[in-house]
Amino acid sequence: MLASMNLYVALAAVLFALGGIGVLVRRSPLAILMSVEIMWNAANLLFLTFARVHGNLDGHVMAFLVITVAAAEVAIGLAIIVLLFRKKDSADVDQVAELKN
Amino acid sequence: MSSLYVFIPAGLLCILGALGVILAKQPVHQVLSTVLNFIGLAVLFLSLSGEFMAVIQMIVYGGAVMILFLFVIALLTARKDPIERDSGHLPGQRVAGWAFGGAVLAMLTLIGVVGKGPTKLADIPADFGTVAHFGHELLTTHLLAFELTAFVLMVAVIGVVILVGRQKG
Repeated sequence: MLASMNLYVALAAVLFALGGIGVLVRRSPLAILMSVEIMWNAANLLFLTFARVHGNLDGHVMAFLVITVAAAEVAIGLAIIVLLFRKKDSADVDQVAELKN
Repeated sequence: MSSLYVFIPAGLLCILGALGVILAKQPVHQVLSTVLNFIGLAVLFLSLSGEFMAVIQMIVYGGAVMILFLFVIALLTARKDPIERDSGHLPGQRVAGWAFGGAVLAMLTLIGVVGKGPTKLADIPADFGTVAHFGHELLTTHLLAFELTAFVLMVAVIGVVILVGRQKG
């Protein structure tokens, strides 16, 4: 039995939605960052699927770019989280309102 | 295309990992779930003949990025209580999040399953997605994107140094 392309697209959709649920439901910044990673990766799966469908490597290059940008985003995001934890003991995203007023 | 015997276990691994990130209380367990998710995705990338991307997925994501997470967790929260003890400031956030996310999940999955996808795949050369093929494509057709990548990484490094590299005083 072969897995059809629709299955890959559906799996990417499920992963993207699960990552979105993580972003909406969790309040720890680390968990939110990891959920965002899962969403990036769902997009990557789509890029590779359609690269395979069309038989050219443009999708691979785009996924490569996504991975690079995600790595940069994680580095900066974690730096901001470290700063938050330095400033206060807990880092519940509900209590982070430093930019207010 | 790949066999269902590869797709189903790898897909289940991905979904289990994603669920673990949503549900786990301890940050370390979340990191391990994410790694599980990335391993499943690497297998799927291999089944789509993306050899180079699968290796990059394991090294950059499963290795470097998650180690970064582990370091931050070890520095900050390993021995503290989990953050989400109380119900938070937003009333009904959890329920609303699950409802909205569930709706998005149902909609996207329906589109993915029912939508009229491509029925036949393009013929690909034998070296599709290998390091040589990918590198040739990246350094000829997509050279600008490659150089922008270097720029983005440098901006990130400088940003991190500016953000947390400062000494107090």
